[in-house]
Formats: sequence, C-alpha cells, structure tokens
Amino acid sequence: MNHLTSETFDKNAKAALADSQLRGALRNATSLFGKRRLAATSQLTNWEDLRTKARTIKDDVLAHLDTYLEQFVANAESRGAKFHWARDAQEANAIILNLVKERNARTIVKSKSMTTEETHLNVALEGAGIQVVETDLGEYIIQLAHETPSHIIVPAIHKTKRQIAELFTEELGMPPTDDVDKLTSTAREKLRDRFAAADIGISGVNFGIAETGTILILENEGNIRLTTSLPRVHIAVMGIEKLLPRFADLDIFLKLLPRSGTGQRLTTYQSFITGTKIDKDSEGPEELHIVMLDNGRSRMLAHPVTRQSLACIRCGACLNACPVYQNIGGHAYGSVYPGPIGAVITPQLMGLEKTQQLPYASSLCGACREVCPVKIDIPRLLLHLRSEITENASPEVVQAKPKAGERLAFKLWKITMMKPWLYKLSAKMGRLFQGLVVKNGKIGPATGPARLAPPLVAWTSGRDLRPIEQQSFRELWKKDLAGK
Amino acid sequence: MKVSLFVTCLVDQLWSSVGASSVEVLRRVGCEVEFDDRQTCCAQPAFNTGYRKEAREVAKRFIEIFEQSDADAIVSPSGSCTAMVHHYPELFAEDPEWLKRSQSIAAKTHELSSFLVRVLKVDDVGATWNGRVTWHDACHGLRDLNVKSEPRALIKQVRGADFVELDNADSCCGFGGTFSVKYPEISLAILDQKIEAIERAEVNAVVSGDASCLMQIGGRLSRKGSKVRVMHLAELLASQS
Repeated sequence: MNHLTSETFDKNAKAALADSQLRGALRNATSLFGKRRLAATSQLTNWEDLRTKARTIKDDVLAHLDTYLEQFVANAESRGAKFHWARDAQEANAIILNLVKERNARTIVKSKSMTTEETHLNVALEGAGIQVVETDLGEYIIQLAHETPSHIIVPAIHKTKRQIAELFTEELGMPPTDDVDKLTSTAREKLRDRFAAADIGISGVNFGIAETGTILILENEGNIRLTTSLPRVHIAVMGIEKLLPRFADLDIFLKLLPRSGTGQRLTTYQSFITGTKIDKDSEGPEELHIVMLDNGRSRMLAHPVTRQSLACIRCGACLNACPVYQNIGGHAYGSVYPGPIGAVITPQLMGLEKTQQLPYASSLCGACREVCPVKIDIPRLLLHLRSEITENASPEVVQAKPKAGERLAFKLWKITMMKPWLYKLSAKMGRLFQGLVVKNGKIGPATGPARLAPPLVAWTSGRDLRPIEQQSFRELWKKDLAGK
Repeated sequence: MKVSLFVTCLVDQLWSSVGASSVEVLRRVGCEVEFDDRQTCCAQPAFNTGYRKEAREVAKRFIEIFEQSDADAIVSPSGSCTAMVHHYPELFAEDPEWLKRSQSIAAKTHELSSFLVRVLKVDDVGATWNGRVTWHDACHGLRDLNVKSEPRALIKQVRGADFVELDNADSCCGFGGTFSVKYPEISLAILDQKIEAIERAEVNAVVSGDASCLMQIGGRLSRKGSKVRVMHLAELLASQS
C-alpha cells in the first residue's frame, strides 16, 4: 500500500521526479492518450458546441439537483432498485458492509469505481474479513501490487509492461513473459472463476438518468457486464451529482466521455441497468442497491464558484494534458483524484488543512480547461482555492502553512507597487546589491549570503537569472524615447 | 491611433529593450505612443498566489492610472499581464462600480501581436532578422487571449527569418509565476521538455510573447551553455538588420 498523503505533496513529487521508470511510463501513456483524444475529437466538427451543451445540461442538473434526485429515485424504485443515502465515506462503507453481512456474502467482485476508491471501500470490506476481487485489469494489477490507482481511468498508468510482468510472476506464479496477450489472458482466467463464485457485485456509475431511473456504466473489458449481471446482488455506488435529466442527453455525453478519456468513439461496452430482473426467468441480479454518496458534494454545490467542479464526468483528459501530472503522476497528489481536477476536488472533499499544497501544484497553463469536455474552468477554481487558503483564518489551516514569510513578502510587494518612488528605489537597491551575485551578466547558482533568499535559491537551482537592468525602461523612456 | 504602453514591471526592470522595441514597432506602424510612468505592476503575482486583497488594491491603482489616459488602446508586450487585466472583473465581482471600471479597462487592453494583427490589421512591420527562429506559445496569451496565429503571421513577414514550428509549441514552459520557486523541481522537469524541443528545432532563436517564459527558457539555456538565444517578439519585430 502506498501511504503518500497530500500533506507531503512536495516530497512525493520530488521522489516521483527521481523515478525514471515512472516518468517513462507516464510520458508514453499521457502523450498517447493526448494524441488519441485529439484524433477522436477532431472527427466531430461540432465538438465545441457539444461541450457547451453538455455544460448547460450539467449546470441545470446542479441547479435543480433535488428535483432530479427525486425523479431518479422514484423511477429506479418503481423498477425494483433500493436506495441508500450516505452522508460520508464511513456511512457508505457501513451501509455496504451491512448489506454484505445480511446476505452472508463471502466473496465480492468489484468493477472499477473511483467513488469506492474515494470511500476506501476495499479496506473496510477486507477489514471485516470479506474477500474483494477487483475485476478491471488495471485495478486488478493495482490490487495485486497493494497500491492505489494513480489515474482516474487508467489505474495502473504508472506501471511499465515489465513491472506488470514481474508482478504477475510473483503474485500469480506465471512464467516470466513480456507478451501482453499472455498477461491479459492469465488475468482473465483468474478472474472468470471469481465471477462464478461471487455472491455480490459492486460497481460504480457513470451516469444516472433521472427520467428512467437507469444507471449507465461504460467499460472496455466486459468485466462490468459480468460484475453487474452474474451475482445475485448488485450494489452500485454513485456520487449524488452523477445525474442527467433525460435519456436523450446521453447522445451528447456518450460522444464526449469516451473521446476525452481514451480517444475512443465509443467504449466497447455500455451497460444500461434499469432496476432488477423482471421475472425469475430473465437474467440479471435479484437485488439492485444504489448507494448515493454525498461526502462533501452538497457543500461544493452550495458554493457559487466551486459548484462547477461537480460537473466533472471523470474522463481523465485533464490529467493527460497537465504538464505537472505528466511529470509526477498521480500518487504524488496523495489523493484518489489526482491531476488538475484532483487538485480542485480533493481540498473541497477533505478540507484545506491537509491539502493546501494541491491548488498550488499547477503552473496555471490552462491545458486542463482546454481539454475538459464539460468546460470546467479549472485554473479559475485553483485560483479561488488559493485565495481561500491565504484568507482562511482557522487555526488548523494557518498552522499547516509555512506562510508567514510569503504573507509578509506580499504585504511589502503591495506597498512597493502602490508607490512608484518606492518601486524605483527598490529597483535601485536591487541593482546595487546584485553586484554581489551577478557574474558575466547573469546570476548563477546561489552561494554565500544569497542562500538566505529561498526564492533565489529555488530559481537558480537549475536556471540562470537575468539581472535587474542598469537602465530600466522608464529611464530609457525619459532619456531617449519620450516626445519622439 | 494613440496607444498607452503598459510595459509590465518585469520588462521595465529586467528586460527594458522589450519595452523600447515595442515603442519602436508601434511608432513604425503609425501609432502615437505614450507611457505613464506612474504604472508599476498589474497585480498578477499576488492574484495568482491567492493574495486577492493586495491584488485588488494594486489593480485599482492600475485602473485609476489608465482611466486618465485618452489613448484609444492600452497595449502590452505580455500575454500574461494583458490576461491579468482581463481577469480584473473577477476581483470585483461583488463591487458593481469597480466591476464596470475594470471591464472598460479590460476591453481596451491588448497584447502586442494581437493589437498589431487584429486591431491594426498589420502583419508586415518592416522587420529584418537573419536566422532560423521558432515560436513558443506562452500559455496565457494562447489560452486566455486566444493569441495563436497573430505572432506567427508577424514572424513570417520578417525578412531573413526562417520560421520553423516547435514540437508541442503550445505546451507550458513550466514557469507559472510563484510555481517556479514553490516547486522548482517540477518546474524544471516541465522546462526540460521544452528545452529538448528547442534543441531538436536547431534554431538560432526562440521567440515568445512573454518575458517571464523567456526568462525561464533562457535561464535554462544559459545554464546549459546553449547557443540558442531567447528573444521577445517585440525585439524581433523591431530588428532591421
């Protein structure tokens, strides 16, 4: 199990940067997904229009979430689904554990679900002695390696083929091979037995359709189809924001999600599940339990600026596009949701105390906003969270941030920028003192007293710095340029 | 057309030739240029680091100064600082008076290349520079202001300049303001991908529209002893030899 937390993001990132295998795997995978995405989205001439429409639909859902939830629940209940409401992760896990115990279930098959990663459901179930088998290949690899996913849709993106082969040799006893087909068929064989033996199948949900009570789950491997149809009981866990008003809205979202996530025109399987099986001769589970998870979502909903983060459809495109994610991967974020959207969602879900490095883990380049299929303005949300952090006066947040120096620096910066004479004086002082560090017209690695200035040390660790000009533009203007 | 130059504090203090070149180019295409030397910073460092109270005060001061100008446009040799001015309304969302004032200032403020191409409809500014050049899309110009074709159109008209596209020209250089000193290792890792692309392009100069990105890229090139020089678009356009 990796134990990285958001609190130590800086250290996690440094360790990730030093891992050349990780960086190689990330570079290959993120650039491949980026290229595929671009190829798939450019096939649609109305891509921008689809994004706008999708966002309008999500905004409507979020503005009237109560109504859509009631509608969704009523329609799914009329088809035999049972609903459970969980305020937080603990409640969700307790509900599921209870369902499992009531049915004396011993074995559970599970399909990929970020929501159950968010609640750490596997830990809760295994702690109670229940055997849980992840059936998505990526999740299966992660489970064998006792790790956590490092990407929203590609859980094992951080692993190379070779690392996976070694893991399979070690954990499954298969002869060493780098043949991908052999690796997948071995996993498939192991998993098939599990489906047959499982008492309960647990899945996530991509979309809930209010007007029909249908849940929709997308996948490529067929394991979700099996997880949700073979066992007698199906438990689906979904965030309360995952609704779409109408079945017809899927026309837009099914164009956006696979193209953004994996660059596919459509995923191999789409499972539409509306209630339980109709009579004893038809296929499908006898019981369908839908666990609705809040876990901070209603708090996010209440805030006018950050509400838009609930429009996220978990496609992972922003991770692939992010220069920070591309270099450090997902584990460094210390959260189930990494990358740009993770840096926005995690502090809102978990509070600012332990997550306040995350909103700063971005160069604000905007690549995430450009690829987001539902046009979430992630840089704007990061900036908003940064201001919440600097303005937050709660002792835990203040204590957690080494901000005294920075706060003072920005106070002084403000005073300087408000007074041109002080601005000019500071520049002159800078010119005077930089004589100590400027060599050959540049400032190299900080040595001696220069080491007392942390930003200078940080900048010059790998880059030379341009010195302050002997003649500023305003001096040039006055002397040579004005009145010409 | 009368133009008020918003030179940016970075150019003013660290790269004054970019300011002088901007004046040269704007005058060459027939603009009357003024410079109000009460101007300092646009407030971006504070805004981007989360210090909105401080940013608001500095932004108000900026608005007050430029409101007094009778110029037709405010022009800046920086996509990032121009984008900051365009972000001002976010700072005043709850203050109707300043919201309105910030919106009028934002509407008048243009990044240099987009001002030349979109407003003045000029792409040949009579520049000459001999060598092979490439262009780095600075993020805020590209994604906040949609500046993409304008600098390329201008560079292609420079006599003697052989323009080549950079691989992943639109990917970040890793600067990100305080990000570059908060997470220097990540910033450098991102930067090195940009440097590799520049090396592959085999150019004499890499040109961009923001002094900040050029300091990041140039600082690394200099540390590595590279012969490739960094050049602001204004400098390239001002060149006549």
